[in-house]
Amino acid sequence: MAQRGIREFDGKRMLAKYWSEYISKDFKFPGKIVLVDPKTKLDDLPKKYKWLKEEKLVVKPDQLFGKRGKHGLIKANATFDEAKKWIKERMNKDTKVGKVTDKLTHFIIEPFIPHKGEFYVAIKSNREGDTIYYSNHGGVDIESVWKTVAEIQIGVDENIDKLNIESKLPKDTPNEHKKMFAEFIKGLFKFYKELNYAYLEINPFVVTGKNIIPLDLVARLDDTGHFESSLKWGDITFPAPFGRRLSKEEEYIKIMDEKSGASLKLTVLNPKGRVWTMVAGGGGSVIYTDTIVDLGYRDELANYGEYSGNPTTDQTYEYAKTILDLMTREKDPKGRPKFLLVGGGIANFTDVAKTFAGITMALRDYKKKLKDVNVKIYVRRGGPNYQEGLRIMRDLGKELGVPIDVYGPETHMTRIVNMALGG
Amino acid sequence: MEAITVTKTKPKSKNVKKAGMKKDYIIMDKNTKAIVFGYQQRAIQRMLDFDYICKRNEPSVVAIVNPTRDGMHKCFWGTKEILIPMYRTLGEATKLYPNADFMVNFASFRSAYPTSKEALLSKSIRTVAIIAEGVPEQRTKELIKIAHEKNKWIIGPATVGGIAAGGFRIGNTAGMLDNIVASKLHRAGSVAYVSKSGGLSNELNNIIARNTDGVYEGVAIGGDRYPGSTFIDHMMRYEQNPDIKMMVLLGEVGGTDEYEVVEAMKKGRIKKPVVAWCIGTCSKVFPAEVQFGHAGARAGADRETADVKNKALKEVGAYVPTSFDDFDEQIKKAYTKLVKSGKHKPIPDVEPPSIPLDYAVALKQGVIRRPAQFISTISDDRGEELRYCGVKISDIFNEKWGLGGVIGLLWFKKNLPPWAREFIERVVLLTADHGPAVSGAHNSIIASRAGKDLISSLVSGLLTIGPRFGGAVQGSADHFTKYLYAGEEPNFMVKDMKSKNVNIQGIGHRIKSVTNPDVRVTIMVDFAKKNFPVTETLDYALEVEKLTTSKRNNLILNVDGCIGVLCCDMLRGIGYTREQVREFVDLGILNAFFVLGRSIGFMGHIMDQKRLKSRLYRHPWDDIEYIMPDKPEKVK
Repeated sequence: MAQRGIREFDGKRMLAKYWSEYISKDFKFPGKIVLVDPKTKLDDLPKKYKWLKEEKLVVKPDQLFGKRGKHGLIKANATFDEAKKWIKERMNKDTKVGKVTDKLTHFIIEPFIPHKGEFYVAIKSNREGDTIYYSNHGGVDIESVWKTVAEIQIGVDENIDKLNIESKLPKDTPNEHKKMFAEFIKGLFKFYKELNYAYLEINPFVVTGKNIIPLDLVARLDDTGHFESSLKWGDITFPAPFGRRLSKEEEYIKIMDEKSGASLKLTVLNPKGRVWTMVAGGGGSVIYTDTIVDLGYRDELANYGEYSGNPTTDQTYEYAKTILDLMTREKDPKGRPKFLLVGGGIANFTDVAKTFAGITMALRDYKKKLKDVNVKIYVRRGGPNYQEGLRIMRDLGKELGVPIDVYGPETHMTRIVNMALGG
Repeated sequence: MEAITVTKTKPKSKNVKKAGMKKDYIIMDKNTKAIVFGYQQRAIQRMLDFDYICKRNEPSVVAIVNPTRDGMHKCFWGTKEILIPMYRTLGEATKLYPNADFMVNFASFRSAYPTSKEALLSKSIRTVAIIAEGVPEQRTKELIKIAHEKNKWIIGPATVGGIAAGGFRIGNTAGMLDNIVASKLHRAGSVAYVSKSGGLSNELNNIIARNTDGVYEGVAIGGDRYPGSTFIDHMMRYEQNPDIKMMVLLGEVGGTDEYEVVEAMKKGRIKKPVVAWCIGTCSKVFPAEVQFGHAGARAGADRETADVKNKALKEVGAYVPTSFDDFDEQIKKAYTKLVKSGKHKPIPDVEPPSIPLDYAVALKQGVIRRPAQFISTISDDRGEELRYCGVKISDIFNEKWGLGGVIGLLWFKKNLPPWAREFIERVVLLTADHGPAVSGAHNSIIASRAGKDLISSLVSGLLTIGPRFGGAVQGSADHFTKYLYAGEEPNFMVKDMKSKNVNIQGIGHRIKSVTNPDVRVTIMVDFAKKNFPVTETLDYALEVEKLTTSKRNNLILNVDGCIGVLCCDMLRGIGYTREQVREFVDLGILNAFFVLGRSIGFMGHIMDQKRLKSRLYRHPWDDIEYIMPDKPEKVK
């Protein structure tokens, strides 16, 4: 639950749909946009969107990353056939953007708009309200022209209609546009507020005849606003950031997480790492990962993992199996032991012994493999019935013949990191 | 460029009239009286148990607001039981309890905003703790504005709350009682903390208790981007409170709220020792953006990383460990220095009063037992899935158990063979209706037309089922098995019944006869002959029928009698002894079949009448012969 990025297409789609309601009936945004995904039949598109064959087009990927021009990922002034070819050459292909590589899967097609001036507007949420940023020098990295940006802070319950926006625009704003821009900004702000946006940046927007066209748009929604705004959001997706391609195991845990009321998280950082964590609680899991890094074992850290919110025994069993499978696939090339940290803080009300049930089942399943790759297990946990939980783990170590060191709340939460790695 | 900004009122103004004698910097202590919004029975009990081990004179919860019910809520105060009043609206509660200045808000993410707003706008509530996760950021911002304007406090949203050791506990903070005692929270220590994460507050309580004289107060401000109150808000309170000797800050990657503390330390507005750590130092090893559990925790700019924040805190003199692993050491170091300097005398430990173990907890631990008042052997609604006699409801559908299969499970606790399942379904279908004129249907119709609801009308019809109406199913089973099982010949049965002047139930039909048989009976008899392993009662009844029809043509085994005897044979066929069959007959199993089936018909008639909008039925005078004496007989 947080601010989450949406596709440029979705932002523009909403803007086009609610333009006349919030922004203006006099000047328009025609909203000619098409989203192409791997399933789109490109040849069928012109039947529904006649303009594709009538106008020159712009195509670019729509996957939550910017600076597409710099990375050579914009095709401008193209015919439909050129655009089609351009997409086909890139669809589902690994592409490097900055430091990350991922597959291109989504593209947005729009009309190519010849224009003169490029303008910048953005709205950003902050604790005291929202800030509108406006500049007459859009279309470039806005940081580089920051001194041209006007900032207008709107207080939490302030009515933007009562503000004279026109007078707050920078002096170099073209006179013929001032009135229209002020109206546009007011409307955009209402749209942003009503639809629970947390961030909305249009860089740039341009003027063609009587219309305003946003050329490039970046937006984040506050997804907790779902119950207020979902109707207006329409069919919305929150894509994973570019470069976060999930492995099979991560995908498996993610699906389990989405289906469950509990929280199950797994990020594999280095499958060859020797330190694996399986930690209860969101904060606790971060702290364990922190400590491994802070104590200098960054290169040995294999994963980030968290389970919380009272998962069922089946779920913890599946979760533990996934991690055990990953960590026991191969021996450390230098023959050193591997470590599994079953950590956690002091639980509020969760029965610790019960949450260990799934983990112990999985450990039993992997008895042989754990020995084969020389795994040492460290447990630290507190909370209801923790004595019983720890006893179960201790007994399990004896039963399996796998070293399991067990600690309770009398031992500082992260001490097992040092015990495992420092010793 | 002109900027329109809302001025922050920090620290809080010094004269809060409503707080009475209470110091401004105290938002919760052993005198705090709270209203709990939302009927969170366990949380309320936990607050009261905490009060009790803190030796508070009075419970901290004075009223509950429950929009769906008012009245009284019964809960424990030590071993005694007490009543806490419950109101539908906050308005009523605040009017009657103007001394309650705290609201623990358990409302859902949907209603957290309007309810918290109402509390903040009320005269008496000064602090609102919002537990819900998922409150829209815009709404929280509105609440923050109101709180600032009204000089009030918000803790949360998305938090477990906080705790004033030895005084007041917000909802479920600090977990189970044994943990609370282990962390010395039943009496105030001298260290106050503020943390973003609620999940780690137990760990903080533990660490502080092990390395100092204990927690004075702890607040978890919640994981949202815009917490209702921030680190600095609470740390400024802590700074002013002379009973607090040092502070602990547990921050997080993302956001810049920690810098307000850095600034205050730099400016000397915070002078007390601060031990600080921001979690999320590992964010740098993640390849692309990974979203942690908390909405506020995303590292954007460098300034928002945990590393940079930790460095900044260290530079202004906070005790900052090199990793969380030394957090305990740093706390100990700061505390020891404080004690050595003579500025603080450690607060002695106190023995808490013991709280009786909750029944549920003790039961779970296996330390007590009690004979159950009720036993159920046919179904279990606990656990992952509902089960009928051990069979999961999903399997009932996947394996197509059908109505007969389910009745087998719930009535007989048996996995019935296909023939028995089909027989049961046939009985239900056969008995489903017999037209509007029969007593039961008629009663249902009359009741329905009198404007009674479906259930009342149905019951009105069912009440006619007995010895005369619909009872023949039950009666025939009773009569035939009685003679058959006693080893008597059919001949004897007919004679014996005649001599007792009792009609054999299930024999005789108004119209149908040997020459004009009832097709329903033929079907059922054929089915039984073909599929039942045992047909002894049917055979016996057919022998009896031979005798009775020799007297009169229409004294045939009728459909009720047929069902009655076949049910007995079915029971025998699925493995019951004759004695057990008699037990079933005695407990009314045949009526069960008839009631089950016929309810379908009755409800049909009731709905039919409702749809027709039939009006109240009044029997016509001309259909009643009024024969009344002129005057009553006088009793001498």
